[in-house]
Amino acid sequence: MSIDAKSKSFESVPGSSKPDAILVVDNVTRSFGGLVAVNVAHLEIPRNCITALIGPNGAGKTTFFNVLTGFDEPDSGDWEFNGSSLAGVSAYKVARRGMVRTFQLTKALSRMTIIDNMRLGARGQLGESAWRGILRPLWASQELENTKKAENLLERFNLGHMRDELAGSLSGGQRKLLEMARALMVEPEIVMLDEPMAGVNPVLKQSLFQHIKGLRDEGRTVLFVEHDMDMVREISDWIIVMAQGEVIAEGTFDNVGSNPVVVNAYLGSHHEVDIGGQS
Amino acid sequence: MNWGLIFSNSVYTAISANAIAYMLVATGLNVHFGYTGLLNFGQAGFAAIGAYSLSIPISRFDWPWPFAVLLVIVSAVALALMLGFATLRLRPDYLAVVTIAIAEIIRLCLNSVRFTWLTGGNDGLQGFTGFMEKLNPFPQQGIWLWKQKIDGYRLWLLVSGWVLLLIVATLVYLLMRSPWGRVLRSIREDEDAARSLGKNVFAYKLQSLMIGGVIGAIGGMWLVLDKQSSQPGDFATTFTFFAYTIIILGGVARVKGPIIGTVIFLFIIQFVDIALQQATKTTPTDPTPVLPTWLIDQNNYAQLRFMLAGFALAALVVFRPQGIFGDKREQAFDVH
Repeated sequence: MSIDAKSKSFESVPGSSKPDAILVVDNVTRSFGGLVAVNVAHLEIPRNCITALIGPNGAGKTTFFNVLTGFDEPDSGDWEFNGSSLAGVSAYKVARRGMVRTFQLTKALSRMTIIDNMRLGARGQLGESAWRGILRPLWASQELENTKKAENLLERFNLGHMRDELAGSLSGGQRKLLEMARALMVEPEIVMLDEPMAGVNPVLKQSLFQHIKGLRDEGRTVLFVEHDMDMVREISDWIIVMAQGEVIAEGTFDNVGSNPVVVNAYLGSHHEVDIGGQS
Repeated sequence: MNWGLIFSNSVYTAISANAIAYMLVATGLNVHFGYTGLLNFGQAGFAAIGAYSLSIPISRFDWPWPFAVLLVIVSAVALALMLGFATLRLRPDYLAVVTIAIAEIIRLCLNSVRFTWLTGGNDGLQGFTGFMEKLNPFPQQGIWLWKQKIDGYRLWLLVSGWVLLLIVATLVYLLMRSPWGRVLRSIREDEDAARSLGKNVFAYKLQSLMIGGVIGAIGGMWLVLDKQSSQPGDFATTFTFFAYTIIILGGVARVKGPIIGTVIFLFIIQFVDIALQQATKTTPTDPTPVLPTWLIDQNNYAQLRFMLAGFALAALVVFRPQGIFGDKREQAFDVH
């Protein structure tokens, strides 16, 4: 079944069930004082699809990301990744299980070179134990492999020529790219991108779309938060809309775009009119 | 003015066993602060633990020295674990507050009358350097470094100390160029990023605290071996701040930084001190000192050395903010 056909077979209601969902969320709530930031009753993220998470500012998208990846603790709730619960699992273990995120405010490691930023991402490095680290021969060949892999990824993300520069010298858009490339070094099953397109120029954007689709073709799952409707339209197979902490709609782009609730809460009634500068 | 003595004495001070102790303590702090970004303001506490873990068992309980040295390492690790579990899960500022407090608690306990039976209180402990004297292969009369005499025991501490320092610095170098060191640096830059890539930040911080702490404790041990006496006053917070001055001077997160930093720091202080001492001295044959007494005299020159050292440091921070060996590029992105 092609991906298009697959996603069209899902039901377009909030919390609809998907066969073989990679991530299943149940009753996750997170509040800050009196404000309920996230209140998701039930949500399933389809495997091997590109899913967009959209919604107005303050809808709780980033908080939801933080909770799912172990960077924030929910007040209640449970979520299962590949069938095993991730509630209460620390962030680094979440990453090791194959769920890797990027950040809305990019976290480039400024005073490290770009290639070192990339190498850091690699999994299961022998030299990351202090004892073995002293003895270079124990990890040198693995390091070489990781470096090759990192260089390939840097080429793909147009950063190859910056290899030995400090990451602090990158522009905002380039940092986004570096962060995404670094996340891929972990070989994640699901990549969670928090506003990956913010500050990326249009040409690069097009090639990034291809990269993200490529991730899906490699068998990975992508979940991203984005305000750029071009990207959402172009690459997402499935869209989830959040507002005031709750999931208010789900569906394909056409489906969601014509949903009056979504138009009201997020897109606005003029979203189909090109006001220029967008494309 | 006896320039020959001034110069050779200052050079000796900058490379002596006492200087090696500073180098070791600063190297340990460099692991914490320079590579991992841990704001440890209690490095003097690690040094004190090292000093007393050597001197108490030997002079109070007649332990054989290898066991005492082992205790130095064990107690430094224990202190690191205690500090780590108490603070590393909290915001980084807490570590700074707690470490400075713990270091002071340690010093005050060592100083207190209640523990005098064990620590010797304010008078400190002596008579624990016998093993080092026995191991000394050099003749007691020592050597002359131009106009500075170095006795046999100090020469032995100097030579063995440099060997020890070289081993420690090499280990730190090997560790920091490894993927392990890369994880430490990533934690310094942004620990959430390290976490998002599957690194157990807490475990790495704890390891950093232990390794830097053990190096600091060995430094404290060398300090009291040189003085042949453990005294709580040597481990006040100024010791920690000297160590910070040294690594900023030499270049943060550089293996050479603490070593060169110590040489420069101690040379300046000693040079100013002894030069002023000579310039304000009067003798029966020569009653007028070199410097006029209305400007400076024997009673107040001592304060001036730290003022001048402070000026030197301020000038360095203005004109070469990355330190002697620091990487200028890194300075541009320093957001701390």
